[in-house]
Amino acid sequence: MAETGRLRQPAPPAPLVGPVALLRIAIVLALLALWEFLAHSGWLYRDVVPSLLSIGVAIVDLLSHTAYYYNLGVTAAEIAMALLIGGTSGLVVGLVLGGSGFLSKAFEPYLYYLGPTPKIIFLPIAIMWFGVETPSKIALGTFSCFFPIALSVAAGMRLIDRVLVRVGQSFRASTLQMVFKIYLPAMRHPIINGLRLGFGFALIGTLLAETRLSNKGIGFLIMQADATFDMPRMYAMLIVLFVLAIGANALIGRLGGLDSIKRT
Amino acid sequence: MTDAALPTARPSRASLSPRLVGFATVIGALLAAEGLVQLGFVNRFIVPPPSEVIDAFRRIVTEEHVFRRFLATAAECLVAGVLLTVIGVGAGVLINRFKLLQQAIETWVASVAAAPLVIMYPLFLVVFGRNALTIVMMGFISGLPPTILKTIEGISGTRQVLVNVGKSFNLSATQQFWKILFPAALPTIFVGVRLGLIFALINIVGTEFLINYGGLGALITDLAERYDLAGTYAAICFVILVSVVFFLALEQAEKWLRPAD
Repeated sequence: MAETGRLRQPAPPAPLVGPVALLRIAIVLALLALWEFLAHSGWLYRDVVPSLLSIGVAIVDLLSHTAYYYNLGVTAAEIAMALLIGGTSGLVVGLVLGGSGFLSKAFEPYLYYLGPTPKIIFLPIAIMWFGVETPSKIALGTFSCFFPIALSVAAGMRLIDRVLVRVGQSFRASTLQMVFKIYLPAMRHPIINGLRLGFGFALIGTLLAETRLSNKGIGFLIMQADATFDMPRMYAMLIVLFVLAIGANALIGRLGGLDSIKRT
Repeated sequence: MTDAALPTARPSRASLSPRLVGFATVIGALLAAEGLVQLGFVNRFIVPPPSEVIDAFRRIVTEEHVFRRFLATAAECLVAGVLLTVIGVGAGVLINRFKLLQQAIETWVASVAAAPLVIMYPLFLVVFGRNALTIVMMGFISGLPPTILKTIEGISGTRQVLVNVGKSFNLSATQQFWKILFPAALPTIFVGVRLGLIFALINIVGTEFLINYGGLGALITDLAERYDLAGTYAAICFVILVSVVFFLALEQAEKWLRPAD
């Protein structure tokens, strides 16, 4: 009975804000205070570290202009196109390489070692082949995202449970049926992981190409802010861009159920 | 000749060396490109014939001082690598040391790793100027998140039995770190440093290209702006070669640290 009574005692109320959240708030506040101090200290060149207020005003100003959304749309469309082309070709190449040990040994080392090279250096070739307009940005984004997607899909294909493949074969599934009913569903996580990585690389490739030679897009706006030394605007654009990029990355992971991997 | 001997007498697909087939395909593609350009099917002012690109290698070595530029890029990578190892690993150790701090900011570091940090180069140009410091800082910043995350992972993943052995010998916190935690985490820490160095190299060459300053990246910009197509292609091939050699060297170093793998 005494035991039961002890169980019925209400649990102590959980604190409204845990120690982790408190520490996070403290770190953010300390960083903001340090930033504001640096902005007013005069230790750095004027406007290199603008005040928080001016950055806040710049963010509001940025988000209230339709021109920003137009340029954001241009960059988003370029990235989406790059992901579509690079993702599809990466998926096909990954499936082919992952499905054949011979082809994998023959060609995968080239992808593996070309993957970590800096893709932006291919911009002069992309401009030569596709011109200075949007297609060269899409080409660079495509080239950037192709490698992680192809390698991730090939690795995922090799990890498919052989039982699933034998089940498909025992049902005399055609190649297309095997791809759509066995391989792709079984490789959902590696594909989404590859897409996440590919998205990051496509974003970087496209944005850098825009900063180098463009008259529209977010990269162009950043270079415009740099050219006019509008530092609050540059910080505002970088902050909004980082929030969007991190958010999109997390969204792709969540839509693909990557968060469920951690729980299982 | 018996029937059983027949399959071995005929060269089967499996008996061909896959590496050889891969290499032969690359050579075949280059020969095809040469033929298409020479026959006029592909504009040589857009795609130079591979023979001209090979010839341009000699030019970029003798006239463009490619090795001096290579040394400039290598020096930037070295400085970024030292910074990554000292600050990145140090920050990872520090974050791991204080669990509350780790819980508070580990996810932030992971989020920063997903952000396109290289796009900050115009900001770094303003802050540090158009010089090697901007390039080194771009490399350092981009390589920092994986180095920190892998250091935390390595130290957190130390087997409890090793930690208990240290405790049974009454080791101090410093001894426990240097004699147990750090050696056990070293292979994972090196994975982080390797990833960090790869990101650093990518961003260093990329920044050199974008701001047209420094070593190999700037060489590509120089040649492209002179419309020296064969030279541009040769310089790009040279950068790829350097990246691959760098990648291979790091991979070998990692294998040396992980002999069990």
